[in-house]
Amino acid sequence: MKKFWRNANGRLKTGLIMTAIFLFIGFVIYYIPHVNPFFQNTYGRKLPPSGTHPLGTTSLGQDVMWLLIEAIHNSLTIGLIVATIGTVVGVLVGLVAGFSGGLTDRALMVVTDTFVVIPSLPILVLMTALMRGNSTVVLLALVLAMFAWAWPSRQIRSMALSMKERDFIQTAWFSGEGTMQVVVTEILPYALTWSLSNFMNATLSAIASESSLAVLGLSPGNLLSLGNMIQWARDRNAIFARQWYWIGSPIVATVLLFIGLFLLITGYNDYLQMKRGR
Amino acid sequence: MKFRKYFGLRLVTWALTILIGVTFIFFIPRMFPTDPVENMIGQIQNRSGQMDPTEMAALRRSLRLQFGLEGSLWEQYVNYLQKGLLRFDFGPSLMSFPTPAGEIIGTYLPYTLLLSLTSTLLAWVVGNIIGLLAGFRKDKRSSKVLEAIAICIYPIPYFLVALILQIVFAFILGWFPLQSTINSMGGLGAYLSSLLRASALPAASLLLVGTGWWIISMKSLSAATAEEDFVQYARFRGLSEGRIGTGYVMRNSILTQITALAMSLGGAFNGAIMTEIIFSYPGVGTLIQKAILQSDYNMILGCITISIVAIATATLIADLIYPFIDPRIRYS
Repeated sequence: MKKFWRNANGRLKTGLIMTAIFLFIGFVIYYIPHVNPFFQNTYGRKLPPSGTHPLGTTSLGQDVMWLLIEAIHNSLTIGLIVATIGTVVGVLVGLVAGFSGGLTDRALMVVTDTFVVIPSLPILVLMTALMRGNSTVVLLALVLAMFAWAWPSRQIRSMALSMKERDFIQTAWFSGEGTMQVVVTEILPYALTWSLSNFMNATLSAIASESSLAVLGLSPGNLLSLGNMIQWARDRNAIFARQWYWIGSPIVATVLLFIGLFLLITGYNDYLQMKRGR
Repeated sequence: MKFRKYFGLRLVTWALTILIGVTFIFFIPRMFPTDPVENMIGQIQNRSGQMDPTEMAALRRSLRLQFGLEGSLWEQYVNYLQKGLLRFDFGPSLMSFPTPAGEIIGTYLPYTLLLSLTSTLLAWVVGNIIGLLAGFRKDKRSSKVLEAIAICIYPIPYFLVALILQIVFAFILGWFPLQSTINSMGGLGAYLSSLLRASALPAASLLLVGTGWWIISMKSLSAATAEEDFVQYARFRGLSEGRIGTGYVMRNSILTQITALAMSLGGAFNGAIMTEIIFSYPGVGTLIQKAILQSDYNMILGCITISIVAIATATLIADLIYPFIDPRIRYS
């Protein structure tokens, strides 16, 4: 751990710290007992920031800080679920395509490339518009995951293609290990280090897609995510009423979360490259 | 001869991409439990009270026909491919009945293409020039500052950049209108100036995010190229830094960026849709939003079909230009 920190570059360190803070807010501070921020009129309306309400209250009498913490929790949860599904499916498809070759490979690649090229947002819009009213968080995560697997699968396939020719794989093959065993013991560990940056990327783009859908009013109405928080504040004229803490805090939080994740991704990629270079 | 084969293969992939995409959007809604026709009937009943059963059956039949839901699944699919994909005929729009949805999309699409294509290309050019300079002289202070700015803008989702620009420049400073309106009545001059005013902030949001990405990627590409042996060789030959920059480093790293441009078009389109909605810019994005609010499924389906065709075609064009630029291409 110490050695990792010494070798890590500036971007990786900054990204790690920023992301860690968000994880801490979303999964530790979130569990401190508090009044459910969803309830309206718990506090006075439009209160300015104070000791009891560090970010003030909304025009519906909700505490902005706890709304924000709940939103960070939910956005991160959705991002992580989608990224997990996307990475697992992507790695599997990529490995199958790369190692089987031939017609299977070509068929899988045509489908994968289609999902890389076609614009995801309009299709997400169509699906969520159809689910409107009875959409749930799980359903939304599944829909978002449909566009999360294609890019990792492309990357893993090209990795698998180059791995096939490496010596240690050939050795494992000739020593009589079955295909499944070679994949699980020799290739999966490699694929996982590779997938980690894909995983973080998928988390980032899932949170971005969810908040885009929220702006369209297509995210589940009972889901308090960063996107929905921004949209609800917009709907209730927080901009015109100049309630900057209400509309501003989710915007600033989203921006910081995305910069943190992005620094983490690029820093991690540079770190891997440097390790491979040595 | 080889080029013809490459061209043919690329054309087949193009057709397959579109076919898979539209097949997907055709079957997915039909797997959902919600039925748009029953939704519509529910809405109509809410508005006009109970109807008698024969009237209702007639209404249901005509609605199913309008939505292309008559006949077996296979017949509907073939029908959709023939009418929708080949003639862009998606049936009547329900929010402005009986104008065909395709016709309405046709009036909105040019604005989206204008906005997204100009800002994408401009971002690509500007970002690559800055990125090249930053990567070629990566130890300069200005390079580091530029890259840091790019890193702080690129990861932010388009709609959020749009929202921040709207709050700062339209609401607080009041330099631009909060909502885009285009004046199509007062002659060409008024039309063009209102178009420019309406497009300024949406285009700026797309440009900021796009330029950020091209700076980041071009910087790392050109920094890597600048370390190559042939660049060292050029230095030993005594070529000027300017010639090394354009003739050696740029020519070698720009190729990757052309492929990347083709791959990024889908994302840029997503961005244009969101930005349009924030500013109510009269493009496909705003149209999709209106269609969602009024459950106009023909219109939604039409917008998506046309987006898929447009993006796949733009990608195809970018890919076909590539071999003309790269002299080493092997048409594989």
